Amino acid sequence: MKKYLKIIWNGISPSNPVLILAIGLCSVIAVTNSVKNALLMSFAFSFVLIASEIIISALRKAIPNEIRVPIFVVVIATFTTIAALLARAYFSSIYEAIKLYILLVVVNCIIIGRAEAFAYKNPVIDSLFDGIGMSIGYSWVILAIAAVRELFGNGTIAGLQVFPSAYKPALVMILPPAGFLVIGVLVGWLETTLKKKEAKK
Amino acid sequence: MSYLANLAKIFVASAFVNNIVLLQFLGLCSYIGLTDNMDASIGMGYAVTFVTVVAAAVTWIIDHWILIPYHLQPFLQIVSFILVIGSLVGLVEIYIKKMSPNLYKSMGIYLPLIATNCLILGVTFINSMHNFDFVESIVEATGSALGYFMAMLILAGIRERLRNSELPDFFKGKAIAFMVSGIVALAFMGFQGMIK
Repeated sequence: MKKYLKIIWNGISPSNPVLILAIGLCSVIAVTNSVKNALLMSFAFSFVLIASEIIISALRKAIPNEIRVPIFVVVIATFTTIAALLARAYFSSIYEAIKLYILLVVVNCIIIGRAEAFAYKNPVIDSLFDGIGMSIGYSWVILAIAAVRELFGNGTIAGLQVFPSAYKPALVMILPPAGFLVIGVLVGWLETTLKKKEAKK
Repeated sequence: MSYLANLAKIFVASAFVNNIVLLQFLGLCSYIGLTDNMDASIGMGYAVTFVTVVAAAVTWIIDHWILIPYHLQPFLQIVSFILVIGSLVGLVEIYIKKMSPNLYKSMGIYLPLIATNCLILGVTFINSMHNFDFVESIVEATGSALGYFMAMLILAGIRERLRNSELPDFFKGKAIAFMVSGIVALAFMGFQGMIK
């Protein structure tokens, strides 16, 4: 059991896909202008990641080494299609807003990276927990960024009024440029913390 | 509105008003990763422009001649598009290597990187969502790719200057690239009024 907790914790913090590995940033910037968008995106992402890790790990002995990447892509594309159709059926208004980014989960570097680096080499149960850990790691980061941007840009979190209505929202926070600015600050903070940690050693 | 004016509108919209990198965040990996080198940015720009236009043409044909007539579009679109683009990149690579070794030397190393570039797949999905006809799709793809090229050149130029300037430690490396992109994106939002 301890081993599984360790795999999950690894995704949440030590090798967090967004913060530490800094990959798959397209969707991170695009969907974090409101908490609702980020929530739907993290559901879709987690579903695709966990399901494809399980399938790829179950098939890992049957997949020939030379054509593994096209096979990964087909598996991931299948689950992305399922996620997109489910999202369209149950959350159609949010889906219309972030449709493009849900479809593009299929080329998200995090998912192909985890398939290649973890699921292809480890048993099914381990891969399941790796998928859960990485999904939590991705989700908490984008939800946190989305909460900050929506709070300052609109005075709300997930549509609920937080700041008093006299607050004049800084509209730029929910527009595209602020996505870059917020990520820039985040990356700078991370790199400086990592440098400090290394200097301590 | 005449057909040509419509095409011009699509072009301006995709290159400036909805710049694919700065305002739609597609192709960010190569945008941030390669722009600390001007030559690499130019090579990548050419390669992406070329593949995006070819991919838009091929996926339009697949979408309208196979997927839509046989009612396969909702559930086979993603799989077929990504496989087509992947194999297309491979074919283009082989063809260029054979036909024009010089061109291959200048853009060949970037071609494998392109297969996973979300910009190309993104443009084909945008074409399909807007129900563009064949010519409109090509124009949209050209505009988006040139928008990407332009964004690459702008950021590469700025980063070349930044290398010689003193920055606070906090912003060294990728952080300043993101901050600069944010400011450039802000400037690009000024184009918004151009199209009604």
